[in-house]
Amino acid sequence: MNAHVKPAASTALSRRSLLKAGAGLVLATYVARNGVAYAQDGAAAKSVNIAPNTFLVIGQDDTVTVLCKHIEFGQGPFTGMATLVAEELDADWTQMRADHAPSNPVLYKNLLFGVQGTGGSSAIANSYEQMRKVGAAARAMLVAAAADEWKVPAEEITVEKGIIKHASGKQSGFGALAAKAMQQPAPANPQLKDPSAFKLIGKEGAVTRLDSVAKSNGTAEYTLDIKDPGTLTVLVARSPRFGGKVASFDAAAAKAVPGVVDIKKVPNGVAVYADGFWPAKTARELLKITWDDSKAETRGTAQLLEEFRARAKKQGALVKQEGDVDAEIAKGGKLIETEFVFPYLAHAPMEPINAFIHWKGETASARYGSQFPTPDHAAIAQVLGLDIAKVELKTILAGGSFGRRAQQSTHVALELAQVAKAIGPGRPVKLVWTREDDMRGGYYRPFSLHRMRGVVRDGKIVAWSDTIVGQSIMKGSPFEAMTMKNGLDSTAYEGSNEIPYQVPNFRCDLHQVDVGVPVLWWRSVGHTHTGYAVEAFVDQLLEAAGQDPVEGRLAMMADKPRHAGVLKAVAQLADWKGAKLEAGRARGVAVVESFNTYVAQVVELSMGQEGPVVHKVWCAVDCGVAVNPDIIRAQMEGGIGFALGHILYAQQPLEEGRPVAGNFDSYRSLRINEMPQIEVAIVPSTEKPTGVGEPGVPPLGPAVANAMAKLGLPRPTQLPIRPGDTA
Amino acid sequence: MAAFTLKINGREHQIDVDPGTPLLWAIRDNVGLTGTKYGCGVAQCGACTVYVDGQTVRSCSLPVSAVGKSEVTTIEGLTSKEAVAVQKAWAAHDVPQCGYCQSGQVMSAAALLGLNPKPTDQDIDLAMNGNICRCATYVRIRAAIHSAAKSLEG
Repeated sequence: MNAHVKPAASTALSRRSLLKAGAGLVLATYVARNGVAYAQDGAAAKSVNIAPNTFLVIGQDDTVTVLCKHIEFGQGPFTGMATLVAEELDADWTQMRADHAPSNPVLYKNLLFGVQGTGGSSAIANSYEQMRKVGAAARAMLVAAAADEWKVPAEEITVEKGIIKHASGKQSGFGALAAKAMQQPAPANPQLKDPSAFKLIGKEGAVTRLDSVAKSNGTAEYTLDIKDPGTLTVLVARSPRFGGKVASFDAAAAKAVPGVVDIKKVPNGVAVYADGFWPAKTARELLKITWDDSKAETRGTAQLLEEFRARAKKQGALVKQEGDVDAEIAKGGKLIETEFVFPYLAHAPMEPINAFIHWKGETASARYGSQFPTPDHAAIAQVLGLDIAKVELKTILAGGSFGRRAQQSTHVALELAQVAKAIGPGRPVKLVWTREDDMRGGYYRPFSLHRMRGVVRDGKIVAWSDTIVGQSIMKGSPFEAMTMKNGLDSTAYEGSNEIPYQVPNFRCDLHQVDVGVPVLWWRSVGHTHTGYAVEAFVDQLLEAAGQDPVEGRLAMMADKPRHAGVLKAVAQLADWKGAKLEAGRARGVAVVESFNTYVAQVVELSMGQEGPVVHKVWCAVDCGVAVNPDIIRAQMEGGIGFALGHILYAQQPLEEGRPVAGNFDSYRSLRINEMPQIEVAIVPSTEKPTGVGEPGVPPLGPAVANAMAKLGLPRPTQLPIRPGDTA
Repeated sequence: MAAFTLKINGREHQIDVDPGTPLLWAIRDNVGLTGTKYGCGVAQCGACTVYVDGQTVRSCSLPVSAVGKSEVTTIEGLTSKEAVAVQKAWAAHDVPQCGYCQSGQVMSAAALLGLNPKPTDQDIDLAMNGNICRCATYVRIRAAIHSAAKSLEG
């Protein structure tokens, strides 16, 4: 980390630290709420008797609110964190609530990142022990308080479903004892349950999502819904090309629009401030701006493809090598060569990018769906020239992300603070990106190309070479040092360098190219393209070798038990060997590990007039201990639908540097009539839990390609499969 | 700018806006009801679905000047037995992920059940394919609509 993302150690939150318990656990630290309503319901907000610790607040009404250090934008961390706490606390599920923790990199850091942030399918993975310890410590403190109050030995007290009991007949809920529990010392190393005693973790039907009701009746609050008094809506006119700057502008016509309050030049373009979205948008369209494109990216994707192709003919920087691929190719055998091309993809979360801030001069208070609060917090403070302790940042629900809100560049935080600064203190501002702004605003999944070569001899794959051409996501970011090795970005090749198959002669190399288009991680990051390239290609080689796609893969996976485990599980679930398919239908399979979660999928499809129609997908997942089985299923279902929509339709082409697709008419999204049936099997495991937000995505595309091959069609080598289709 | 009286969820609201202002932004920014969402602005995603005289409408693409005396219903004013059944089923199936599109999904689903108490999968596809869910919660939307239909049978 550079100074830019130095932790905000001096915030009001950490200064109040009263007690500290064992490693990874900071319990009983008073969380100053600075007037921000923290609770989701009125009852808890009114409670005075809150248990003042870092991760949970116990209300007088017995509610237990878990402060979630991860953003909830669909993948279920509110429910997941609350499950872990409730399990060890022996709470009743109906008393559990969740809310976002405020920005504080000391208290709320992701234990895998070292700063506060959500990503890499890491929420459960990094919090599993930490949040259980929080629950266990709080339970011990409540029990100690009860023992003190009732004058009985703590060992004789039991806790079940939120009720603290003693054989004498004495009993209490959590709320009545919370204040007294706070006076108890926090245990340094609270005893955790043996998994055999779990009542919630891994139990079907034991918990329901904490956010379903509010998200079904319109009451869940997102950034777009913020309506603090006096809030101005801000739209920024940005360069149509990446890297373009404002040369000059005329705002006369725009200023005349009723409802427009001001128009200012900001570093990214020209900002329109108005009372509401519509006047802001109307005025923005009337701005006359001349752009200076002298430093802008002006290449289109057709030109990039030619350049990438030319590079791929030569070997790139070596990522991994075993044996001698070139010598093996020279020996003869069946040489198979395939090129795969992957387009720029927008994340297009349902809620386009937005953010809110109220800069009051000496202090500032920001609220939005920040996925990386620590760097965002520092960026806001820096732009406004404030000590970070004077800036509050509160994460709130966001309408999806798929990676889009995890900005190592902090570009939204910077723009938010810049528009606030430009109009001056005392004006709350809500920065809103339109759908078109979001779609054409960059930060795409990188455009990538894989040139694959393989040799099959005597029914075996004896050589494998993968030359990748792509852009780095991490170069120039604060995470560069963490994720780049020998100047190469591991997110460009992850999954291609470590394939799960034993091939004696193996090479993976990378041409890391600079393009002036901002790129970003996109749900499953490198695996979005490496998963497709590896799994479509291995299937092609196995076909040439005359082997069954499942048996052939398993034969090369002797040292990959978890890959083999999900592959066997999905083959069984789908009855891979025995199923009799309807005429015109075929099946394909793929298996991809990402973020230490193993997923195999079988796709059954037929060809319609316009392309593949996917009827059913079987999915097996091994994510270690399955904390919330139903959320795991939901993430597999959602990941499959997300992947299918993109491999069928999605691309962001550039023409002379300008992104073409602007909305869901030109960037087609999967709709309900195209959603396959899905069956998910969770492979039982006692390994440490890993994440599920992303790993459902990568196997779907290659499984579709491999099913198409079974129908005698070529595996699609350039995505999307139906590039001309718009909605 | 012009004055309009919008009847939303049974209440009248006087607003003064440009006549071309889409109903969506009048509802959100002028009336202050934020359950109805902005997702695309071009009637592609359905996040802004409301009822105008009982018919589902994409409020992002309907100018305020075209609403007239029609009755507008938003997610906040949804009280029909179909709506209650849909919202219960949504929670029972844990349909929402990010949740941002779900006001629109619930509006469309409740309207479907009002017209067709026992929809088939195909009926659901036809009625719901104007509502995009980027989290792709479609499997559960379908299951929840069937559950809601079943709960209304009794």
